[in-house]
Amino acid sequence: MSNSKILANGVDVYYGSKQALFGISMDIKEKEVTALIGPSGCGKSTFLRCINRMNDLIEICKVSGSIKVDNEEIISEKTDVVSLRSKIGMVFQKPNPFPKSIFDNVAYGPTIHGLVDSKNELEEIVHSSLKKAGLFDEVKDRLNEPGTSLSGGQQQRLCIARAIAVNPEIILMDEPCSALDPIATAIIEELIDELRLNYTIIIVTHSMQQAARVSQKTCFFHLGELIETGETNKIFTNPDNTKTQDYITGRFG
Amino acid sequence: MFFWSLVLIAVGIFSSFIYGRSRIKLNSKKQGTKSKSLPNYYAQYVLMWCLFPALIVYFSWAIFQEQIIQNIVISNFEFIEGAVYNEGLLLAEIRNVANNPSFADGKSIEIINAASHYSSLKQISQISFYTSIIIMMLLGALYASQKLKPEFHAQHTIEKYIQYILIFCSSVAIFTTLGIVFSLIFESLRFFAEVSISEFLFSTEWYPFIPIREGQTAAEGSFGAVPIFAGTFLVMVVAMCVAAPLGLLTAIYLAEYASQRVRKTVKPLLEILAGIPTIVYGFFAFVSVAPFVKAFGQSIGIDASPTSALAAGMVMGVMIIPFISSLSDDVINSVPQSLREASLGIGANKAETIKKVILPAALPGIVGAFLLAISRAIGETMIVVVAAGTAPNLTGNPFENVTTVTVQIVVALIGDQEFDNPRTLSAFALGLVLFVITLFLNIIALQIVKRYRERYE
Ligand SMILES: Nc1ncnc2c1ncn2[C@@H]1O[C@H](COP(=O)(O)OP(=O)(O)OP(=O)(O)O)[C@@H](O)[C@H]1O
Ligand SMILES: [Mg+2]
Repeated sequence: MSNSKILANGVDVYYGSKQALFGISMDIKEKEVTALIGPSGCGKSTFLRCINRMNDLIEICKVSGSIKVDNEEIISEKTDVVSLRSKIGMVFQKPNPFPKSIFDNVAYGPTIHGLVDSKNELEEIVHSSLKKAGLFDEVKDRLNEPGTSLSGGQQQRLCIARAIAVNPEIILMDEPCSALDPIATAIIEELIDELRLNYTIIIVTHSMQQAARVSQKTCFFHLGELIETGETNKIFTNPDNTKTQDYITGRFG
Repeated sequence: MFFWSLVLIAVGIFSSFIYGRSRIKLNSKKQGTKSKSLPNYYAQYVLMWCLFPALIVYFSWAIFQEQIIQNIVISNFEFIEGAVYNEGLLLAEIRNVANNPSFADGKSIEIINAASHYSSLKQISQISFYTSIIIMMLLGALYASQKLKPEFHAQHTIEKYIQYILIFCSSVAIFTTLGIVFSLIFESLRFFAEVSISEFLFSTEWYPFIPIREGQTAAEGSFGAVPIFAGTFLVMVVAMCVAAPLGLLTAIYLAEYASQRVRKTVKPLLEILAGIPTIVYGFFAFVSVAPFVKAFGQSIGIDASPTSALAAGMVMGVMIIPFISSLSDDVINSVPQSLREASLGIGANKAETIKKVILPAALPGIVGAFLLAISRAIGETMIVVVAAGTAPNLTGNPFENVTTVTVQIVVALIGDQEFDNPRTLSAFALGLVLFVITLFLNIIALQIVKRYRERYE
């Protein structure tokens, strides 16, 4: 297919001598939401962190195989990690705003990448990012207050705003709602649905309902292997694999 | 004498323990009920009641025995009319003769009598010492054994006793510190009775000599401590100029760039640097660095003295590097990994992440580390004694020799001086100032570090 955005092929990951992922191959389409599901410890986060090379931070972690983003190999010494990461935003499980003002949190990315030439332009980007993240109306009067003073759900949307401020093409989300209440979760899910129009999104989630609500494709991981991948509808109604069946019906995991 | 009494006490507590154990078992069997606590707690109870009275006896003898015996001996001494005695010397002589009969040759009869008096008192004291220990232990054990009933909560009591012991131990340190502080304050007050506070704090002449004989006006002392504080400050600034950048950069390298393995070896190595005796640093400063500084000064046309603020400060800077690097490394490390990931995830490179996220987040802790290092630098003595000089000198030129508070304290106290003149008393006033400054620096630093910790926990 022509519009595949991320193409993984035989990705193995080791933490020291322990293998965490076994030959993962996956094809992720542009401007779709892909959900990664599976029991705890099956390697969802590990795979997600391969895509923006976040695993580089873990000294004992070794990644092999091939992942192509826009047809360019990224599992290689030659990859420009910095530009890769500016193309791939990431939202973490726990909201992690910088201990800076709300404004500076969002302005951080555009500033270091030199995306703006003037203060006005920067303000423009910050405001529009906050708007896209559905946070602007709530914080427009207190952009100078510390980001850490917001509620958990607001912090998470701030992190989303921070990620989209550098205009990425892909957004990785690792259980973005696990620390939030149902209302904040609903807001973020709505947001994901809107963001899908412009971004390719991969989301790790433990909630079957969430996966069913927000994603078009679903990948089921188990013990470091990709068991099944397909249309979300199909995975949740008529999976091919009995393990998938067992997991989504809650028989294990 | 005190060794054998310790053996005696050990035997006593051991047998009291055994006794307590068997006694409670016997008692509960007799009553046919189970004891409220395990037998060991009853045994410990008896043991404590045996140990503490013995310790009280032990320490009262250790503290008071000699003094009391001496007083008795002196008060019974047959002073000869007209002769002049020095009590300290006399006592030393008596003790010598008593401990070593061969010294008796050629001593006067009064001394020999006093010596035998001394020996006999000592013997009496020793006998009563051992008997009191035994009696006290027996009494204690007897009292405790009356409580050895199964319904007695020995465990609760033991826990209470242990709490008392812990409180006692922690108060030892506190009271010692308080004692030191008060003695500092009182001696300083004595100093300020003779030298005005304003002269001490604001005058710039430090010439701590006092007339040895009446009317020796030429040697009137003057106690303006400004040059000393200035010297301390200058050395401290030089030290921080060396230690702050080196220590901080080391910390950044260790925390952010070094691999686990490097970090695990380098950090302890640096901390060993902090354990080198400071006199070794001082030696190094004097022998190697000071001549180098002098030569360097001459090569750029500055007349440097053989000991200088620069030499002492630089070596002191090296000495406090581990304080800064180790503490800052801890602080940088405790910046949550999630902030690093957030920054890198946006596509910031490592340098930007450190500069814009990690260091600002760690800043309060780093400032705290700096303050602790400064207070260490101000209190440091040996390096400056050896390498900075002892002559007060009000200057901003680091190539000149200066003197510091700690050096002047040393100078004031060496030589056999009585503690009754401003020269020696000035040591206490200087010590008090030093104490107040470092205390405040430490309090502020710890406060900052603490607040920082709370923010991320
Ligand atoms: N930093 C690490 N060091 C060593 N092993 C790790 C590390 N991170 C993850 N692992 C191991 O890799 C495996 C996969 O972990 P991963 O975090 O990817 O699971 P996950 O699917 O995201 O689980 P969860 O749903 O609980 O987040 C686990 O067995 C885990 O123990
Ligand atoms: Mg995970």
